[in-house]
Amino acid sequence: MTPAQSPASAPAGTGAGTGPPRQDIPADQGGPAARTAGSGRSSYKRLRTGPSNWLLAPALSFFGVFALLPLLGVVVLSFFAWDGLGTPQFAGLSAWIQVFQEPVTMNAMKLTLLLTVLSYVVQFPLSLLLGAFMAGHQRYREVFSVLYFLPLLFSAAAVGITFKALLDPNFGMSRAFGLDFLRQDWLGSPNLAFYTVIMVISWSFVPFHSLLYQAGVRQIPVSMYEAATLDGAGRVRQFFNVTLPQLKYTIVTSSTLMLVGSLTYFDLVFILTGGGPGNATRILPLDMYLTGFRSYEMGPASVIAVILVVVGLTLALLLNRISGADRMESQMEGA
Amino acid sequence: MSTTTHRSPNVVGGLLGFAWLLVILVPIYYIVITSVRPREDYYSSNPLSLPSEFTLEPFRYVLENEFLRYFANSVFVTVLTVVAVVAASLLASYVIVRSRTRLARFSQKLFLMGIAIPIQATIIPVYYLIVEMGLYDTLWALILPSIAFAIPITVLILTNFLRDVPKELYESMTVDGASDWQMFRSLVLPLAKPAVVTVGIYDALQVWNGFLFPLVLTQSSEMRVLPLSLWAYQGEFTVNIPAVLAAVMLSALPILALYIAGRRQLISGLTAGFSK
Repeated sequence: MTPAQSPASAPAGTGAGTGPPRQDIPADQGGPAARTAGSGRSSYKRLRTGPSNWLLAPALSFFGVFALLPLLGVVVLSFFAWDGLGTPQFAGLSAWIQVFQEPVTMNAMKLTLLLTVLSYVVQFPLSLLLGAFMAGHQRYREVFSVLYFLPLLFSAAAVGITFKALLDPNFGMSRAFGLDFLRQDWLGSPNLAFYTVIMVISWSFVPFHSLLYQAGVRQIPVSMYEAATLDGAGRVRQFFNVTLPQLKYTIVTSSTLMLVGSLTYFDLVFILTGGGPGNATRILPLDMYLTGFRSYEMGPASVIAVILVVVGLTLALLLNRISGADRMESQMEGA
Repeated sequence: MSTTTHRSPNVVGGLLGFAWLLVILVPIYYIVITSVRPREDYYSSNPLSLPSEFTLEPFRYVLENEFLRYFANSVFVTVLTVVAVVAASLLASYVIVRSRTRLARFSQKLFLMGIAIPIQATIIPVYYLIVEMGLYDTLWALILPSIAFAIPITVLILTNFLRDVPKELYESMTVDGASDWQMFRSLVLPLAKPAVVTVGIYDALQVWNGFLFPLVLTQSSEMRVLPLSLWAYQGEFTVNIPAVLAAVMLSALPILALYIAGRRQLISGLTAGFSK
């Protein structure tokens, strides 16, 4: 729950992951289980302890070897020099120093922050309003909702490729309507590319978030709206006084996903611009990939990865705390 | 019933809804229309106009360029991953819900934390591990880490679901002397079925659409999966955009089929664990 807890539990987890839960089995039959159960009546022991811990072994070992171990590995590798081929050589803090002196990476951090904020500012109100719209039971809204879903059928790679063609300055949308302001090199101009990327991100992610809001709005009791109508509240006041406060938990969930998600928009941006033009859209995950797998500097790339992990986990924990503290209330509301 | 129908129609809302519909549909219309456009037409005509003649040539071209192999690779990776993830997670969720041992509680916390690990950030050590294991450029290089990263969210969704199963059901079976395995097979498995479908769809979409693992962990065209093949097509067919977009269409077809066959299931699969 607290940030201090995760570093402490992480190493123990690898132990359990790499060499499955053997040590814990004997402990199971003795003290701890009985202690937590609170009573010593051994004939009911199985009732209280439940199934064998061995059933955890497959999940723990996969997660331990291919997720937890790499998570620790990336910290270790950040202190090594490695070109991706030979054997990593210990290099102390040099990769860290290099990264913090690298203007490209510093710029990537700035861009990532900007992307997080701007894409949130665009996506949050849009998803919320669309969700409320989709929650309506009018026939046309239900038809629209079916169509709003369509972007979710496509992978990020597919979306990237489509928009790359559609936004092509010569053969794309720029000449579809004969309008001058559409004649832009949307992805090729250093001033425009970053904002174009945000628009494409919104196109592909707003449909998902509006689904969350649609479900949220549909759970609000009709009686609350009826009461508000009796009080003479108009549509706008109902939205701010009933809908918005009732959506508290949906807003927390959706915001967490949007904010943490901003750190992971890799595939879409990679395909759309590859980080360019220049470094105009080289956000942190892209910077990590290019540093590691194009420049073969795995040390500095690992440093960037560590930064991503720390920022991501911190954000998630912070937002989890906000929602976790209110979990009781949220469950009561759902009932 | 959030907005009452007997009031005046919401004009502003309707207009916003219609504007968004256009935003959504133009790119999709563009994919469809371009994928049936003759190649020569692409360079001369308005990209949003109806083509002078409809052709399936772009689809033929894509199918002749190993599309089915990439499709089969994607199916193989997705199916194996989802089966393994669901099996491992269901067993783990059963223990987490039913057991009070320290390890069970610890595992639950561990998986909760695991949800927040960004995959991207671990790609370098994963790459190292896969190379060291001699699995680089095989489909197993995609399957093994995909399983690991899908486990936390799958366990979370399944435990949330299994918690709603009344305790008495388990207890009466235990009193009857059922073993763990019998209980798992005749109680947990059938009860968890709806949640398994939902979470299975969620996991399948993640794997089907995944791009980073294939990009970093495979190299040869024999091991290419769909999202990566789209990217490769785009590089290879630079002058044949209709074919590239035909590939985009084809790659989305299975999910479109799922959407048409079971819209509700797909939506709950997509939002699994994020809304209740």
